[in-house]
Amino acid sequence: MSKATDVMTPDDAAHGHDEHHDHHIPKGITRWLFTTNHKDIGTLYLWFAFIMFLVGGAMAMVIRAELFQPGLQIVDPNFFNQMTTVHGLIMVFGAVMPAFTGLANWLVPMMIGAPDMALPRMNNWSFWILPFAFLILLSSLFVEGGGPAFGWTFYAPLSTTYSGDSTALFVFSVHIMGISSIMGAINVIVTIFNMRAPGMTWMKMPLFVWTWLITAFLLIAVMPVLAGAVTMVLTDKFFGTSFFDAAGGGDPVMFQHIFWFFGHPEVYIMILPAFGIISHIVPTFARKRLFGYASMVYATASIALLSFIVWAHHMFTTGMPLFAEMFFMFATMLISVPTGVKVFNWVATMWRGSLSFEVPMLFAIAFIVLFTIGGLSGLMLAITPVDFQYHDTYFVVAHFHYVLVTGAIFSIMAAVYYWLPKWTGKMFDVTLAKWHFWCSLISVNLLFFPMHFVGLAGMPRRIPDYSLQFADFNQWISIGGFAFGLSQFIFLALLIKACKKEGEPVSDQVWEGAEGLEWEIPSPAPYHTFETPPVVK
Amino acid sequence: MQQEYEKYYVPAQSPWPIVGAVALFLIAVGAGNFVIESTQGEEGYGGIVLTVGIITLLVMLFGWFKNQIDESMSGLYSDQLGRSYRQGMSWFIFSEVMFFAAFFGALFYARFISVPWLGGASNNAMTNEVLWPAFEAMWPLVTTPGGTTTQQMSAAGLPTINTIILLISSVTLHFAHVGLEQNKRKQLTTMLGATILLGVIFLFLQVEEYIHAYQELGLMLDSGIYGNTFFMLTGFHGMHVTLGTIILVVLFLRVIKGHFTPDNHFAFQAGSWYWHFVDVVWVMLFLFVYVL
Repeated sequence: MSKATDVMTPDDAAHGHDEHHDHHIPKGITRWLFTTNHKDIGTLYLWFAFIMFLVGGAMAMVIRAELFQPGLQIVDPNFFNQMTTVHGLIMVFGAVMPAFTGLANWLVPMMIGAPDMALPRMNNWSFWILPFAFLILLSSLFVEGGGPAFGWTFYAPLSTTYSGDSTALFVFSVHIMGISSIMGAINVIVTIFNMRAPGMTWMKMPLFVWTWLITAFLLIAVMPVLAGAVTMVLTDKFFGTSFFDAAGGGDPVMFQHIFWFFGHPEVYIMILPAFGIISHIVPTFARKRLFGYASMVYATASIALLSFIVWAHHMFTTGMPLFAEMFFMFATMLISVPTGVKVFNWVATMWRGSLSFEVPMLFAIAFIVLFTIGGLSGLMLAITPVDFQYHDTYFVVAHFHYVLVTGAIFSIMAAVYYWLPKWTGKMFDVTLAKWHFWCSLISVNLLFFPMHFVGLAGMPRRIPDYSLQFADFNQWISIGGFAFGLSQFIFLALLIKACKKEGEPVSDQVWEGAEGLEWEIPSPAPYHTFETPPVVK
Repeated sequence: MQQEYEKYYVPAQSPWPIVGAVALFLIAVGAGNFVIESTQGEEGYGGIVLTVGIITLLVMLFGWFKNQIDESMSGLYSDQLGRSYRQGMSWFIFSEVMFFAAFFGALFYARFISVPWLGGASNNAMTNEVLWPAFEAMWPLVTTPGGTTTQQMSAAGLPTINTIILLISSVTLHFAHVGLEQNKRKQLTTMLGATILLGVIFLFLQVEEYIHAYQELGLMLDSGIYGNTFFMLTGFHGMHVTLGTIILVVLFLRVIKGHFTPDNHFAFQAGSWYWHFVDVVWVMLFLFVYVL
């Protein structure tokens, strides 16, 4: 948590000045199309992410409906493959990443005392690329021959020799998503470097800002590599190159190296901001300062650096020299050290705190427990010899859904519940929120926990049919999946009510025990904040 | 220190970003369909959509930059904003470095791992024996395992001349920058003009080299991994030189209109950084694609 508690706000900045500006909030559709306001853009990102979450979720429902029983009954296998592929792409690039970018937009300027993001027009551009990118991706499902059906990892030769024409649309849609992410990341990184209020030194920065700074660095470093990978897929498929074809001197395994050089930092892009969020929420509701602030910063940086030298643990079974397998196994295990530091610090922050269990805290605690389960199954997968058994089974699916759904997505929900009253000025519907939490918590575990068992027993992932002995577990998994999907409509109802500004007004601090610049400004946060920077002591 | 923070210019609403988003949408849809249509020999509108997208993007860039230049000339920009622009540009160039890194990575992987392994190196004797018994590993890979043959592009001749041209262009651009900072406008215009000329000559010679490769050497984009990496690396570099040259031409026109002062010339600095970056990429290319 930020140590920036004593804030001197210049007289003209926070109150009178801002209210004056509130009379000039643009109206109508052009407010959203032309906006340069970080709060508007944050709202756009968050709503876009939520809609994509529902769209990607609907695809998961198709998958679970097909897998409810063994045998092929609802969709044909090619369509099933398109569903697994586009579900993954949408959830990664359309839901989790834009949600975090939306949170960064809303929060980073308020947390560091900046008037806006450093490059507000480019900010708008980064957002508005995304709906178009996903329009292309989704419309490619209707192209003759079907949409992308090669898994979100688009391994060659599935994406080259054996893919349909729509691959070209997939490639260019990923290109413009990448442009959006890179511009968004540049904006965040420059904002943090250049826009901090006087006195907001590096080691006073709130952890959400720290984690996003490091995330932005990872994004700028690896999104261009993804662009390179899709470009090579495009030329291999359409222009006769053989990057991933042994007949021309290339190698399909090279695709996996390039992809996972992007892909592994990418998974930390989807979890580091979550670490930041949890590091804000836990201290607030434990009413204690975060345990080990500095170690949190160093742990985040170590995780980010290590993420560049562990990529091949996704490829233990695809052919590497023994030395490389050993190297990537040990490097991967090293990551559990800084991650363990974080989990330890959160638990130590709660230790002997005056805990209370408001909705954000419920999600945060669920995050800590369930993310740790995902982390531990990751550790199992990191062990090369046992990965030979786990590889490409439902155990892997269980692992990354624990870290991405109960990890990244739970943290996003925790963040929305935590900061929503600051954004709207009203307390959300707590009853609905608790229903949302408990329904999600129970159903998500019913959904993902049995996947460990069927995975260990050898059920392969990405296959629309399975052997009879997996039938019982799969029915439970599907029921959990439908319940988790339905639970999100509670969240939707709550968000609609919140956007209509229903509910009790909240104080500026909102939560007893909340600390940081964003809690010093009025609730709801004025349209423009910190036009003159505060002085942080 | 504190005064610097007092006026950070936050622009009002702008229509240009959404125009840019539509432009990228048209470019992506157009390019996707164009690729499908041109390789499958189908009729379609991909090329037209792509062209409209590119034109829209150019209009957007013109309008957006015009706004920014007007704002800058009317003194709205603080030093802090200048730092935002400079840092933004630096990170953009870093992202470009990583893009080229992906292709250099492919080059090194092919050269040091996949080609030797196909030839039976390490513990892959059976790969060679069973799959490609006639194949011998070599670099440049002028005979692929599948049997495609080609010839090596020599580093002597055009590539060396081009290297010298680009290195000189970096020096001339540096002197143009010095001229700007010391307010020697004549030095600025001549040196900037010379840089543009060198860039154009480079591109011209690059086209000559491609013609030589295709017509005389039989070295093509689809000639196996050597041709793949050769044309993808030099091709993307050539696209960057083209973009860099266009940037320099715009800067030249602005210089003639009397823009830029010794203290305030972010656009010039950004264009110059970009050009130097493109030069450094070429030096790496020359070393790893041609010489070594």
